[in-house]
Amino acid sequence: MEQTVKKVRIGQMDDFPISLGKAVMVGDKELAVFRLANNGIKAIENKCPHRGGKLSEGIVSSQYVFCPMHDWKINIADGEVQAPDEGCVQTFKTIIEAEEVYVELPI
Amino acid sequence: MEKQKLILIGNGMAGIRTIEEIIKLLPDYFEITVFGKEPYPNYNRIQLSNVLQGDTELKDIILNEWQWYEDNNILLYPGETVVKIDKERQVVFTDKGKEAEYDYLIIATGSHPFILPIRGSDKKGVTGFRDIADCEEMIKTSKTYQHATVIGGGLLGLEAARGLLNLGMKVDVIELADYLMEAQLDQTAAGLLQEELETQGMQFHFNKQTTEILGDERVTGIQFQDGQVIQADLVVMAIGIRPNIQLAKETGLTVNRGIVVNDFMQTNVANIYAVGECAEHNHTTYGLVAPLYEQGQVLAKHICGMNHQGYKGSIVSTQLKISGVDVFSAGIINETADTKAMKVLDEWQKTYKKIVIQSGKIVGTVLYGNTKEGAKLFSYMKKNASIEDYLASQQNAEEEESIVQSMGDEEVICGCNGVSKGTIVEAINREGLTSLEEVKNVTNAARSCGQCKGMVTDLLELTLGDDYSESSSETICSCTDLSREQVIAAIREKGLTHTKEVMNVLGWKTEEGCSKCRPALNYYLGMVHAADYEDERESRFVNERLHANIQKDGTYSVVPRMYGGVTNVEDLRKIADVAEKYQVGMIKLTGGQRIDLLGITKEDLPDVWKDLGMPSGYAYGKSVRTVKTCVGAQFCRFGTQDSVGMGIQLEKKFEGLNTPHKVKMGVSACPRNCAEGGVKDVGVIGLDGVWEVYVGGNGGTDLRQAELLVRVKTEDEVLAYTAAFLQYYRENANYLERTSAFVERVGLEHVQEVVMDEHVRQALNERMERALSAYQEPWQAVIEDEQTVKDLYQNIQTH
Ligand code: SRM
Ligand SMILES: Cc1cc2nc3c(=O)[nH]c(=O)nc-3n(C[C@H](O)[C@H](O)[C@H](O)COP(=O)(O)OP(=O)(O)OC[C@H]3O[C@@H](n4cnc5c(N)ncnc54)[C@H](O)[C@@H]3O)c2cc1C
Ligand code: SF4
Ligand code: FES
Repeated sequence: MEQTVKKVRIGQMDDFPISLGKAVMVGDKELAVFRLANNGIKAIENKCPHRGGKLSEGIVSSQYVFCPMHDWKINIADGEVQAPDEGCVQTFKTIIEAEEVYVELPI
Repeated sequence: MEKQKLILIGNGMAGIRTIEEIIKLLPDYFEITVFGKEPYPNYNRIQLSNVLQGDTELKDIILNEWQWYEDNNILLYPGETVVKIDKERQVVFTDKGKEAEYDYLIIATGSHPFILPIRGSDKKGVTGFRDIADCEEMIKTSKTYQHATVIGGGLLGLEAARGLLNLGMKVDVIELADYLMEAQLDQTAAGLLQEELETQGMQFHFNKQTTEILGDERVTGIQFQDGQVIQADLVVMAIGIRPNIQLAKETGLTVNRGIVVNDFMQTNVANIYAVGECAEHNHTTYGLVAPLYEQGQVLAKHICGMNHQGYKGSIVSTQLKISGVDVFSAGIINETADTKAMKVLDEWQKTYKKIVIQSGKIVGTVLYGNTKEGAKLFSYMKKNASIEDYLASQQNAEEEESIVQSMGDEEVICGCNGVSKGTIVEAINREGLTSLEEVKNVTNAARSCGQCKGMVTDLLELTLGDDYSESSSETICSCTDLSREQVIAAIREKGLTHTKEVMNVLGWKTEEGCSKCRPALNYYLGMVHAADYEDERESRFVNERLHANIQKDGTYSVVPRMYGGVTNVEDLRKIADVAEKYQVGMIKLTGGQRIDLLGITKEDLPDVWKDLGMPSGYAYGKSVRTVKTCVGAQFCRFGTQDSVGMGIQLEKKFEGLNTPHKVKMGVSACPRNCAEGGVKDVGVIGLDGVWEVYVGGNGGTDLRQAELLVRVKTEDEVLAYTAAFLQYYRENANYLERTSAFVERVGLEHVQEVVMDEHVRQALNERMERALSAYQEPWQAVIEDEQTVKDLYQNIQTH
């Protein structure tokens, strides 16, 4: 049976600076939300699988973010850590409706 | 068959070089045993001067590591002295009761310092300058005593004197003659040298004959023939050396001043040889390594049964190893009835060049101030070329190009090891050498006194041409095949103004680059466009984007500026209040002489800065960090200059400057160098009336000692030369290349040529001013800019 999710508003488009990440607290979860150069908005868990670095502070290049702690390269779209390192972070679906930005979180 | 037994007495420079030559010719043909009085492996005695002057360390002057002896199955008995030779039974006896048989015996016992046979010369505190022990003795003495007296104003004496100055002692130099280095210099050159050394702090006493060493158990002073007495807690005798011939004499070998040998280094006993300073060939004993190494080569060939011409004696050249003082001398230096001399004296730039000519040939030369031509003149002398040839070659040799270009293949580059230009070039091509170190190991060039390093690097450049520059320039990152040079050139030519544009125009392989090239491009663009460039925060590493150091737990540290490490009650109070108000995790004194507040949340940063009201210390930036200072003249009993004031000036001038990697400075007011200028990117040391500016030091991952860039008189000059150096570094270093790696790569000589040129220095200073004009104190800027605070420092809370 399909998993139920809740849709949470996290702000407006211009709360998110271009080509940078932002830390978003939703309940006890911390997300890293990125506004990519192509204006797409992506959300992943704000916790590097290596040693928990805050990915929201990393350098963003197209759909990749480089962790500020030890420079792991992580694909923001699918959460996969890029070789030579391994692992993945949870990703969250984002929705943009008239400048309003939402994420879908599993309940 | 049984191996031939070869014994070497004397584990020193000439003896071991001979062994090196032998095992090159006949690997493991001999069973080799070495007895050495000193408890060390063979080390570079020459460099003891540099050790005493603090330019290098004992561990760095070892020429043959213990491992080398093992690898070559050489049985070494360090700290063991041969006391007797039985030439009939062919056995040697040591002070530790060992006996060893030989088929061949090589005596290479060197020499010992001549100690004046006068009353009191046996007192404590009287020493020669010959070995590690002497060196350590002097360093130890300098820690507890003040007044050093060096007897002898020759090469060795002056090098010792400079060392003792660096060790913070007051130094008197006593000379019997009426000018310095009278064996190597004429009065003009000696005059220039004396003037320079006096500004460095040496006190000279000429025409003085020392007649007695005063004191009870330890020396307290010395007395001259004219009755004058001067105070001294340390007396270094540097009035010459005497070959160690005692052992040979007792063995019944023919001795004179040294152990008498023929052209094959053979003593009067067929299978006993002597080489090095202890040997006397054709009524001459030598005190420099070049001839000794020639002897070693001949002896090796002879013992290995290779045919050769035999040793015919050597012409020697000498150089003074005092940083910042260039003196070269060779051959006949004083005019006689049948010589003519060419002299060029530049009293303003303090350079002097003298060439002595006899019947049309160059027979001697003295160079002061600029010794670049030394090697060339010397080789012309040795092949007794006519002065005309030399003058002709001068014509062709263009001014700015390196002297090595105009040298012939047979001309000697490394005097100590007699390595010619041809040999080095051939080795570079044959073995594909690309670095000074490699050339050293393959050819022995620059392995002794090191004076020829500059020419060897020039040769590398000359020989490898573009490959040399290429081998030293790599691509920025895997996003492109272009090097820094190419990218910067394109930015300039095509007038590119932001990172995306650069990546598009230059065909980057990735859409938006990576965490390596983005910050690099951002830096290069800012460097090229100076004031007009809009810094890209999204191309900055978090620390530089947020102007604070991110910690493992995602909190940040705040290090406010404390110019020159000096603070005051007000700032300390503010820091205390902030620390309390924001409950910082730790208050720590940094290694950079200031205070770090650790464990502050990102969102608190702007408020913390507002409350502090102090400028950012840039502890996070690829930029000018701290300028550490020592107490200096204001309080310190040794202080000769206002190191604190100088440091504050430097920090105020360069604060916030973007650089390829972080830049740290240190300013001390005497050679004790409490501010650790020796491991700083820019280290300034104040001496009496002089500032020394050192560059390229690193105290971090790859320790590197800073090298002397220039000695100047005024604080303004310190600022000007520092600015020129830093701007040149900004324009030519790879991003994330510390000055240490940069100076290592391009070579100090090169950097010096650049900043010494007045016009170039001017231009660099102007470009530096433009770069500095862009500086805006970042913390204040953030506080005043709500948008930035919102964009960068605030998280989003939902529920
Ligand atoms: C705070 C301080 C340690 C302390 O408490 O004393 C410090 C802290 C850090 N140093 Fe350092 N260094 C500190 C003095 C030094 C010194 C000593 C000095 O400056 O006199 C050195 C050796 C000297 C030198 O750099 O040549 C030093 C050599 C390094 C290096 C190695 C640099 C190199 O080229 O080898 C790094 C790594 C780097 O920069 O890439 C580094 C990097 C760092 C970073 C910034 C690591 C980072 O990138 O996050 C550390 C931040 C810690 C934190 O969580 O905030 N730190 N670091 C010192 C700050 C001085 C200041 O007031 O600004
Ligand atoms: C401070 C200083 C600076 C110098 N600068 C320069 C320079 O710039 N350029 C240059 O060309 N030359 C320079 N020299 C000179 C150069 O170092 C010497 O010419 C060279 O080291 C001589 O080599 P050697 O093997 O003959 O003697 P050494 O290197 O002295 O070796 C002789 C060794 O034999 C040992 N020994 C003696 N007797 C016995 C025994 N009975 N049994 C066992 N071992 C024994 C001694 O302890 C010593 O270790 C300098 C010398 C000094 C001290
Ligand atoms: S460096 Fe400065 S503090 Fe240190 S001893 Fe010299 S003058 Fe004094
Ligand atoms: S914590 Fe992200 S790379 Fe180490």
